[in-house]
Amino acid sequence: MAKGVKPRVKVPKTAAAGDVITIKTLISHKMESGNRKDSDGNKIPRSIINRFTCDFNGENVIDITMEPAISTNPFFEFKAKVPESGEFKFTWYDDDGSVYEASKEIAVS
Amino acid sequence: MKFTRRDALALGLGATAASFLPLRAMAATTDEVIAAFTGGADIAEGGVSLTAPEIAENGNTVPVSVDAPGAAAILLIATGNPSPGVATFNFGPLAGAQSAATRIRLAGTQEVIAIAKMPDGSFGKASQTVKVTIGGCGG
Repeated sequence: MAKGVKPRVKVPKTAAAGDVITIKTLISHKMESGNRKDSDGNKIPRSIINRFTCDFNGENVIDITMEPAISTNPFFEFKAKVPESGEFKFTWYDDDGSVYEASKEIAVS
Repeated sequence: MKFTRRDALALGLGATAASFLPLRAMAATTDEVIAAFTGGADIAEGGVSLTAPEIAENGNTVPVSVDAPGAAAILLIATGNPSPGVATFNFGPLAGAQSAATRIRLAGTQEVIAIAKMPDGSFGKASQTVKVTIGGCGG
């Protein structure tokens, strides 16, 4: 497991039913591309997060497949529809098999 | 045999070239990445918009956003990177809009392409050239 991985998610606390909200996510990860070399000229092996998903109450919002060309500390901004109160679930899948999770509640007024 | 400075240099260059070969062979070309996504279908211009800076000072983090109303998925390609695939955005039933923004690495000045897959099986394309001052792929 990569060190110091910390997911951060920004979701509004409340919304009206059927509203479209903007979600921003960022996870601290070095996203080693596999193309870089260390000071001895050896290749640094690839170590990235290769997939990110966001679900709301079990229904999918977005599913992103990532390649090494995504920057360090992958950031995503996207839009989601909120039909009812519930919980957003965010999942990141690392190359080494680790899974990082975060969740946020939203209340529909 | 006397090992001259010239020999050593030639050897070093040859070894470097050889070590690059397998990498080039393994990395899929832009066309292959597109074909894997579209299945060889025709791609029309438009239907998707790609926003990227004209000049990116730092190739390590280039902000890009894609927007394709009604699309099922969007593929993002950096044609000049060691491996051209960047990301694939698949939109689920609760996606509020078929748009997303992220930050990508670009190895140098190149064309960035976005291809949108529509639910009816058609494809749309947009591209933009980004000038990169400092490349962001190491090596």
